Amino acid sequence: MKNRPLIFELGKKGRRAYSLPQCDVPRRNTKELLGENIIREEGPDLPEVSELDVVRHYTNLSKLNYSVDTQFYPLGSCTMKYNPKINEDVARLDGFTSVHPYQPEDTVQGALELLYAMDGMLSEITGMDRVSLQPAAGAHGELTGLMIIKAYHENRGEGHRHKIIVPDSAHGTNPASAMMVGYDVVEVKSDDRGCVDIDTLRDIVDNNVAGLMLTNPNTLGLFEEHIHEISQIIHDAGGLLYYDGANLNAIMGMARPGDMGFDVVHLNIHKTFSTPHGGGGPGSGPVGVKQDLIPFLPVPMVEKEDNRYYFDYDRPLSIGKVKSFYGNFNVLVKAYAYILSMGAKGLKEASQNAVLNANYLASMLKKYYELPYDRYCMHEFVLSAQPQKEKGVSAMDIAKGLIDYGFHPPTVYFPMIVREALMIEPTETESKETLDRFIEAMIELAKMADEDPDKIKGAPHKAPMKRLDETRAARHPVLKWERDS
Amino acid sequence: MEVREDLKYSKDHEWIKIEGNKIYIGITDYAQDSLGDVVFVELPEVGEEFDAEEAFGVVESVKAASDVYVPISGTVVEVNEELEDMPEKVNEEPYESWFIAMEIEDTSELDSLMDWEAYRKFCEEEA
Amino acid sequence: MSRYIPNTHTDIQEMLEKIGVSSIEDLFVDIPKEVRVNGNLDLPEPMWEAQLLAHMEGLADKNETIKQNTCFLGAGAYDHHIPSVVGHIVSRSEFYTSYTPYQPEVSQGTLQAMFEYQTMICELTGMHAANASMYDGATALAEAAKMACTVKSKDRILISKAVHPQSRKVLETYARFNGIDVVEFGYRDGQVAMDEVEQMLSEDTAAVIVQMPNFFGIVEELDELGELIHKKGALFIVSVDPISLSLLKPPAEYGADIVVGEGQSLGNPLNFGGPYVGFFATTKKLTRRMPGRIIGETMDEDGRRGYVLTLQTREQHIRREKATSNICSNQSLNALTAAVYMAVMGKEGLSEVGDLCLQKAHYAYDKLLQLDGVEPMFNAPFFKEFVVKVDRPVSELNRHLLSSDIIGGYDLGRDYPELEGGWLVAVTEKRTKEEIDMLAEKVGELL
Repeated sequence: MKNRPLIFELGKKGRRAYSLPQCDVPRRNTKELLGENIIREEGPDLPEVSELDVVRHYTNLSKLNYSVDTQFYPLGSCTMKYNPKINEDVARLDGFTSVHPYQPEDTVQGALELLYAMDGMLSEITGMDRVSLQPAAGAHGELTGLMIIKAYHENRGEGHRHKIIVPDSAHGTNPASAMMVGYDVVEVKSDDRGCVDIDTLRDIVDNNVAGLMLTNPNTLGLFEEHIHEISQIIHDAGGLLYYDGANLNAIMGMARPGDMGFDVVHLNIHKTFSTPHGGGGPGSGPVGVKQDLIPFLPVPMVEKEDNRYYFDYDRPLSIGKVKSFYGNFNVLVKAYAYILSMGAKGLKEASQNAVLNANYLASMLKKYYELPYDRYCMHEFVLSAQPQKEKGVSAMDIAKGLIDYGFHPPTVYFPMIVREALMIEPTETESKETLDRFIEAMIELAKMADEDPDKIKGAPHKAPMKRLDETRAARHPVLKWERDS
Repeated sequence: MEVREDLKYSKDHEWIKIEGNKIYIGITDYAQDSLGDVVFVELPEVGEEFDAEEAFGVVESVKAASDVYVPISGTVVEVNEELEDMPEKVNEEPYESWFIAMEIEDTSELDSLMDWEAYRKFCEEEA
Repeated sequence: MSRYIPNTHTDIQEMLEKIGVSSIEDLFVDIPKEVRVNGNLDLPEPMWEAQLLAHMEGLADKNETIKQNTCFLGAGAYDHHIPSVVGHIVSRSEFYTSYTPYQPEVSQGTLQAMFEYQTMICELTGMHAANASMYDGATALAEAAKMACTVKSKDRILISKAVHPQSRKVLETYARFNGIDVVEFGYRDGQVAMDEVEQMLSEDTAAVIVQMPNFFGIVEELDELGELIHKKGALFIVSVDPISLSLLKPPAEYGADIVVGEGQSLGNPLNFGGPYVGFFATTKKLTRRMPGRIIGETMDEDGRRGYVLTLQTREQHIRREKATSNICSNQSLNALTAAVYMAVMGKEGLSEVGDLCLQKAHYAYDKLLQLDGVEPMFNAPFFKEFVVKVDRPVSELNRHLLSSDIIGGYDLGRDYPELEGGWLVAVTEKRTKEEIDMLAEKVGELL
């Protein structure tokens, strides 16, 4: 079979896809203007293709992707809900896309108004007092939130606090973010109900603790029932409680991190608030804090005075800037439109139905796979393919098998505390008919693992490609195309 | 699982070959098997000094990374650069694929290591 | 029920029955009563589609745009032309509604496009390997500094004052919490003050950071600097404007170890500051120390060429607190935008864009300098942006221009008190001679 061409392998010298004006000013010699020594001898070797070549190349590439618009995408902890089209439309308005970030404040009042309103609405949804919209993604929000925690402790003369506690079920970004601000990571194990083990937590906590990072519901899709106790233990020791908002889609309008005792919250706008994931980004990861921590939020904040909005840079205790300009503004436009479409009632219904859908799937599948924590789940749940593994079929095989049924696989091998984990998050935007088809596929795969394991091990059979050799890619990395190769 | 009689072993599944006060360190057959396909080995530079139990490098598979430790303190005198281009050797010939050679001062520290019989038992218990 | 939630009353009843509970409320038993929300959140009443559209248009209309005005403002975000094709491609929902390509068999579209993007970034910069994007140019620079400190086991960074003020501020924040010491060195006549670098560069310096062209639009001479840095055992980090690399030497040629930059110029709209895209490229030796996602080539079981996420052991989801960075989501769609832009422009087109910017910027510079009250600030070669000194407050000048639908240049006095009256003017290929003449005329009116 022939390889799909790369864009570099198309086209030929002299072919073009661009349109540019004639130079309408008197031309001068490039070398004289820039200096001989700094000029590039030959232009970068970019493709030379026609406009149709470009269009066809990328259109054909796009068809090789599974996406929310084409497939059910139950990727756990990623909240692959439908991305409403009206949000895309409004985000493309010139008044949002064609605005320079350094324009005078008086010429960007609409943008500032939107940011200000977003701060208010996200504060209300999370139960926090102020929200910075600057972080570009969830992990960036974590980084910002931890900087705020560190700055807070330092300002109180408690800079010695160097420990951040994370559960063993936490996203990898939690410990990695803690490392980025120079904190030591201490892991707390989960108990047999899948929640933070309170006794262990008590043992770990001392006056060197800066904070605890918690995803709630956690990555097993379970609500930390002892959240009050956890909050008390951490606060009594002088630490702060950090809420990883990856799973906020479970509880909107039902419960608020601020009311559970969390001091700092980050949100994943591209999960909970319906903005598209873009094949990996852009996201947006606003950070909300309680009153005492407001002074430490990054600059600038948007403020309002006499019906005029302005950037406030005069914040002496602020951690500083964490990103150029004001965050992923255009992503926030879409989320703002989403919240206005849904309203309070709509957001609550979204969470309720996300939870309903997840429980429905869990209850229908637990006979066929292992459900290590058999409780009502929130918006997602984790199955184990351990019974199948014993017959030689791994969680990865099940995942690849689902592809042949036209479903994107769930998250696999995470959280690490469950063997052969399959983490499933259906979201509220999927219909019962879709869920039923998925259930059917999962049951068939479980049967296949029993009867004809080799068939799954060869999956996917119907995808654009067979299984790819990741070992080869990592052993002898080829990270770019070379003309002679 | 292969265990060689002429080698010593650590609890971290490294093998140690002793030549006077020079030792060679690699990972055992058991270790390479549980790691899966090795895709990369990160090694220190010649001249670096390590204390006992300190990590001197990393061995990686596609989805995991494990530190490798020096069993006793010493100074790196050779590194096996071949592994950088051919990490698969660690899977194919674990006992030929030494990572580093170290010069050690206190050979008595070696006494804490397991011999082949103890190591075999250790692996059986771990499995 | 919202149009985004398909469950009907009957569906809900059927599902509840299968689960074995009588109401959705029963599924929330684990949430303690005392943390439950009573009643509804205090949010605006939901809007139906037409109402929402009108509301959003209302907000959008309160912003002045670069379409209603002629833009001479740059300072890190540029009004380059975006070919129509670019928007059409990145609006394909197979691209924008997919996730990070964890499952390569059903993500080859994103994976191959990102592999091509990495290749293009390497081609521009001359580096060995690039990642699949960072949040923006400023965070890419901060991560480069952190990477250099880890690689060198040192914690001192030197950075030029002529690097974008925002990048320096972001670096300062990252550094403060990482125990990294950042020291700035000055400029002379708008270019790196070599003697200062020489003096400050010590054995404990992990890296030296410069921008090219620098924040003043000036093209630096960096060969000598590269040598000096390497002699002291530090890494050389260069932040570049990708459009300039159509004309200027790739940074690899003057010894860069890490090249970062803001990729907004490559087809991404101004978007009031984001989302943009940071690019990040490095040498062969340092490839495995890079932060972020990397796409690599491999084969499938049938022996066909395909692409996967690779070198993942560097990343947070595997190495956790030992990862090279905490970055997870990146700016993939903006990187795709950049790639499509570069594919459209191609080798010739990108060079033509560079040349048009260069020519028009110089025409504007000369034109402005003919006016009374406008003086040169520096005497150094520049690319698409330049600084002049005006003898009226810059804010007043910009206000005057805005009344004639011109968005004026950046007020350098905001960040450089010593350059009060410094006006940083950007001229892209989009500006016509007529518009530049108009700019000069309007400036002349005031001064």
